[in-house]
This record gives sequence, structure tokens and C-alpha cells, in this order.
Amino acid sequence: MTRADLCAVILWTGATFYALFGGADFGGGFWDLVAGGAERGERPRALIQRSLTPVWEANHVWLIFILVVLWTAFPPAFSAVMTTLYVPIALAAVGIVLRGSGFAFRKSIEGLAGKRAAGATFAISSLLTPFFMGAVVGAIASGNVPGDGDGAPFSSWLEPLPLLTGVMFVASGAYLAAVFLIGDARRGGDDALQRYFARRALAAAAVAGVAAAFGLIELHAEARYIFDRLVDEGLPLVILSAVCGVGVLAILLAAVRRSAAASTRLLRPLAAGAVISVIWGWGVAQFPYLVPTSLKIAQTAAPPDTLSTVIVVFIVAAILVLPALGLLYWLSQKELLGE
Amino acid sequence: MPSLDALPLAASASNLLAAREQMAFTLGFHIVLSCIGVALPATILVANYIGLKRDDGDAMELARRWSKAMAVTFAVGAVTGTVLSFEFGLLWPRFMDRFGAAFGIAFAIEGIFFFLEAIFLAIYIYGWKRLSGWAHFWSGVPMVITGIGGAFAVVAANGWMNQPQGFTLDAAGKVVDTNPVQVIFNPASGYEIPHMILAAYMVVGFLVASIYATGMLKGRRDRLHRLGLLIPLVIACIATPIQLFVGDTAARSVADHQPAKFAGMECIQETGTHQTEYIGGICTSSGVKGAIPIPDLDSLLVGFSPDTKVIGLNDIPADQRPPANTLLHLSFDAMVGIGTALLGLGAWLAFVWWRRRDIPKTPWFLRAVAISGGASVLALWCGWIVTEVGRQPWIVQGYMRTAEAVTPAHGIWFSFALVLLLYATIGTVAILILRNMSRRWREGSADPEGTPYAPPTEAPS
Repeated sequence: MTRADLCAVILWTGATFYALFGGADFGGGFWDLVAGGAERGERPRALIQRSLTPVWEANHVWLIFILVVLWTAFPPAFSAVMTTLYVPIALAAVGIVLRGSGFAFRKSIEGLAGKRAAGATFAISSLLTPFFMGAVVGAIASGNVPGDGDGAPFSSWLEPLPLLTGVMFVASGAYLAAVFLIGDARRGGDDALQRYFARRALAAAAVAGVAAAFGLIELHAEARYIFDRLVDEGLPLVILSAVCGVGVLAILLAAVRRSAAASTRLLRPLAAGAVISVIWGWGVAQFPYLVPTSLKIAQTAAPPDTLSTVIVVFIVAAILVLPALGLLYWLSQKELLGE
Repeated sequence: MPSLDALPLAASASNLLAAREQMAFTLGFHIVLSCIGVALPATILVANYIGLKRDDGDAMELARRWSKAMAVTFAVGAVTGTVLSFEFGLLWPRFMDRFGAAFGIAFAIEGIFFFLEAIFLAIYIYGWKRLSGWAHFWSGVPMVITGIGGAFAVVAANGWMNQPQGFTLDAAGKVVDTNPVQVIFNPASGYEIPHMILAAYMVVGFLVASIYATGMLKGRRDRLHRLGLLIPLVIACIATPIQLFVGDTAARSVADHQPAKFAGMECIQETGTHQTEYIGGICTSSGVKGAIPIPDLDSLLVGFSPDTKVIGLNDIPADQRPPANTLLHLSFDAMVGIGTALLGLGAWLAFVWWRRRDIPKTPWFLRAVAISGGASVLALWCGWIVTEVGRQPWIVQGYMRTAEAVTPAHGIWFSFALVLLLYATIGTVAILILRNMSRRWREGSADPEGTPYAPPTEAPS
């Protein structure tokens, strides 16, 4: 494996963490959006807020990590993506600003009207941001980003595959969030809320599944390079994802019928596994391209000493950041963090 | 949808100005929040330490309040910082394409610091209730280190733009080799990094102190206000003299390495010895109008002798001179002037404290502290104007022009307008929330935290 390949693996690792944790934070915002009026939605919203509050900023840093690794290790790819997909990227950036500030403001603002406005801002942008991010990723996968950049600003992503990917991003974030929140509700001893999120996880899984199925059809039509490798080299990961997904479905169905309290422990790892294997399946499928099919990893990579720096930084991050992140999650799960 | 792609959202010929304005505005907004992120943790920990060590309830209360305010500013800072990361690509894709491999190195390191900062900040901010006193205090210490480390890395990247090194270009101008150590430890890093970190401590110290000075002027003379004034003010007053020294060194280095920037900020038209230092005034090609001239001082400041030769704009090719000469000159003077005035404020406090172990009694002292916060933010912005506008027309000094770096994308004026609206809104709401928090604390009412939407009957009236 070359240094450039290793940097691509690092990029994908960052994307995986962001999809899991950042994605779940967006999903939390989605469930906040559809939780209903102030009174009906109070309990789920309170749980979502408690779960997100201490961790969302740390989870958000994975996005910065992805951007930094991309522009440092693969500058031409960063530029090509940015000059082509600037419309959905700018919209995602606006969404990021509104999501973060809306969430922070809702906690500290006084009065119901202010809380509603801040909360609505947070929740709506939690829906739009991952959608546009998905559209960006879908457009890249579709091969709509020319190697030199300056691709079509609208038709590059206003296509079925990018839009379906956007839906998949929203749905899988909502799915992960619901699964994580089931555990948080169980810790709080709230059976009703546990079933509430179990039902929602099922719904999100169904939407993600349908979008994925249509996505595969579109992939076959629009991104043949990826499709062919996904059902070849990527097949084990696709199967793994499906197995994890079926496992989650079985547990969720049991949880909705309130018959399997113990087995919900497997829920989080299985749900995470389903998402991780899709991300890596996609990575394997587009190898050796970073931007299919216009920029190969080796072609777009920075000089070797820059790549080495990125690798060293990642190793240091793994030694320093991952344990710290673990501590934060542990404190948060032990309910030692709160207001 | 080919018709949509051809949509002329705005004339792309004017992209450069729009992109520069948007970058300047978003940076100017974010830099204040970054200062808070860099220096507020230390200020909070000082109060927290006093609170724990001396069992001082007022100091603890201050630490708790500042930590709550920081939760708001850090959230807004995290997202506005993200916008800057996007803007590197959205506004300056050609720059990132060509130089990302070198410029990005410092940012990769910054990533680690930002990560750790976000993690420990969350543990500290949300650990008040259930972590034990000293465990909680120590969980905050990494925030101080990572804040400084993050500033180090980001400013190293900016220093590299001013004095780029550590890369090899091929005939086509492509970066083919890098030396990461040289990139990070470029000559400008040496003074820009301490200058910015000290600026952060000054901005936060004077800003927080100014809030309590305002309260004291309104008659709130309790111990909490006194402590709330003194802790940040002492930190800022310690940073100020060091800052003037660092700033002086920085100006000399700029004169050596970026003569065009120096000539611009000092309004030097003709190369020569015995350069006059102009304070204030309007820069024109025929000299400075309406300034206070001090003969020989500029040469003296640059080389400790009136015989020091200082390069003027006449020796800089016309297409490499910085624009907006008057703006540069006045920004530089305002920064130095404010810094000097703040040094005077510190000296005043130190003198009275030495004689009477008390802050100066006159309301004029409190009035001065009350405006010091705004003044230090103004100085901060002026400093960045000098650095960034002074480097123009280059984005990478001597290697790439800003005009070459800008995106050809449509709609930059539109995005700038959107950003103005968005930031004006979140800036206003954030300030309103902080003011509201402070009012609630004074009234002793509970924070409206906890439930996202309290049903109407329970909503505070």
C-alpha cells in the first residue's frame, strides 16, 4: 500500500466516524423535527437534547478532519470537487451554521417562541445538511466531477443518483440516531420512549433500504464502474451490511413488541456495522479512484513528505484523540455530563 | 439541466472583490470567537482555581457563568470556523489546488488540537454538576493547551502565506516536494504566532473586564463584579506589554521580509534613509496628508538608527503594491495606538494597586475599562487588515496572486449577501442570549435549560 493509498484510507476512516457520529447527530435533529408540538414532543426532544449536547461539537470535528485531509493529501481532488459541486456544498455549509447555532441557542434562549424558532432552525437544517452532503457524495460517485474541476454546477448533482444518496444520508442518520436513542432511553428506564424510537428506527431503516435499492438501480445505469466493482470486490461488504441490517430489523421488531430487552445490546454495533460496511464497500468499489472516474488516488496525491505528515498526524490523533473521545462518550453514557 | 448550469447568478468578473469581502467578513467574525476559544478557558480556570483553593464562592460563580457563556460562543465559533474551511475551496480553489500540499500541513496538525479542544471543552462545560471539584478543574486544563496549540497551527499556516517556504516547484509551477518542518516554522510564524496568542488573551481579558466595568458603572459594586473585573483585566494587562514588544519585532521583520507591506502600512513613498514616521493621515502618491510627522522615527524603529534605509513604494513594481494604502496605514496606526493606550491602562491599574491595594476609585478608570474590550477587538481587526490587505495582490507572497486563486464559480456576490444576513442574525441572537443570561444571573432566576420546549404554561413570562 502506497502512502497515497494510506491517506485515502485515513480519509475514509474520517468519513466513517463522521457518518456514524455526525450522521447520528443530524438524525437526532431529524427526530426533533418530526416530534410534534411542544407538549407531545417534549420527552423525545429532551432525550435528544441530553444525548447530543455534550458530544455534537466533538463529532462535528470529523468533518473538519475530512476537509483537511482532502485538501492536504489530495489538493487537486479537493479543488475539482469544490469548483463543481459548490452549490450543494455551500448549502451544506449554511446548514452547518444554522444547525450548530440553532442547537446552542435553543438551550439558552428564553421563552417558548424563541425556543421554537431556534429549535426549528436546528431541526430543519439537520434535515437539509446531510441531504446536500449526500448529494455531493452521490455526484462524486456518479462520475460527474471532472478531474480539472469546473464541472456543471447544477446538473452534476440534480440527478437521480445524487438526490437518492441525499435521501440515504438523511435516512441512515435518522436510523443511527434512533438506534442510539433507544439505548439512551433504556438507560433512563423509559420503556415507552424506547419503543417510540424503535418504531422510528424501523421506519428510517425502511426508507434507507428503499433508497438504497433504487440507488443500486441508478448506480447500475449511471455509475457502472462502481456498480461492477461493488458486486465483485465489494460484495463481501455488501453482504455484511445486509446481514447487519437484517439483524437490526429483527431486534427492532422484537423491541417494538417488547419481548427482547437483553438483545438490544447488540443493536448499536449491528447498526453501526451496517453503515460502516456500506461506506467501505463504496470505497473498495471506487478504488483506485478518489474521484471516479477522473482522478486516481496516485494521480491527485500531494508530494510524499506531505502524505507522511498526514499519516503521522493521524497516528498521533489515534493515540491522543480516540482515547479522549472514548472518555467523553463514557462520561456522557454514565450520565456524568449534563447541565 | 443544462439551462440551469448556464444561469448567470452574477458576473464572475467581479468574483475577486466579492470573494475577498466574504473572506474578510467571515474571518473577522470568526477571529473574535477564536480569541474567546483560545483565551477564555484560561481565564475561567484562574477563577475556578481561586474558587477551589480559597473556597471562594464568588470566584466559583464567575467560572460557572463564563463556562456557560463559552458553551454558546464555542458552538458559534465551531460552525463559523467550519465555514472558513469550506471557503478555502469555495472561494480559493486554485490556491488550494496548487498549494494545499504545503498550506494544508499546519491545518492537519490543527485538526488534532481542535479535536481535543472540543472534547475537553464539552467535558468541562458539562461536568460542573457531577464531576468532583479538582477532577473538573483538571479536565479543563487541556482546553488551555489545545487552544494555544490550535492558534499556533492556524497562524503558522497564515505565516506561510506571508513568508512561504518548504516546497519545491516544477517548471509548471506544481508543488513537487515539501518540507513540513520548514512550512510550519516559516520566518513569519516566529512573530505572528505569539502576536496572535497574546492578542487573544488581550481581547478576552479586556472584553470580559469591560462587561463587569459596565456593571460597576451602573452601581453594581459587589465583590463578584470586582473579581469579575480584576481576574480578566490582570491577565490582559500582563499580556499587553509583552504584546507591544512582540508587535515591535513583528513590524521590523515585516520591514525586512515584506517591504511592500511595510511601505504600505507606514505610507513610505520613496526609498531612503531618515524616514519620517507619520501618525494618522491620508496616503497619496505625493506623500501623506494631514498626518503628524515625526522625523527620522521610522528609520529609527526599523534599524535603531536614523541612517536605516527603508524601502518605499517607488521601488515596488506598480502591479505588486498593496491596495488601499490609507486603510492599511490607519489600521496599523489604530492597532498600535490602541495597544499603547491599553498599556497605559495597565500601568494605571498597576500603580494604584501598588499604592493602595485597590483599583482606581475614579469612574474614569471604569469607563476606560468599559471601552477597552471593544477597543481591543478593533485592534485585532486592524492587525488582520494589515496582515491580509498588506500582502495583496498576493495570496502566497511572491508565488501566487489572489486574482489567480479565486473561483470562477457564479454567484459569489449572492453568497456574500447570504453570509452577511446569516452572520448578522446569529451574531445578534448570540449577543442577545448572552445579555439575557447575564440578566437572569443578576436576578437569580433559573436558567431555561433542560427541556427544549417547555409547554406554554411553564414558559417564563
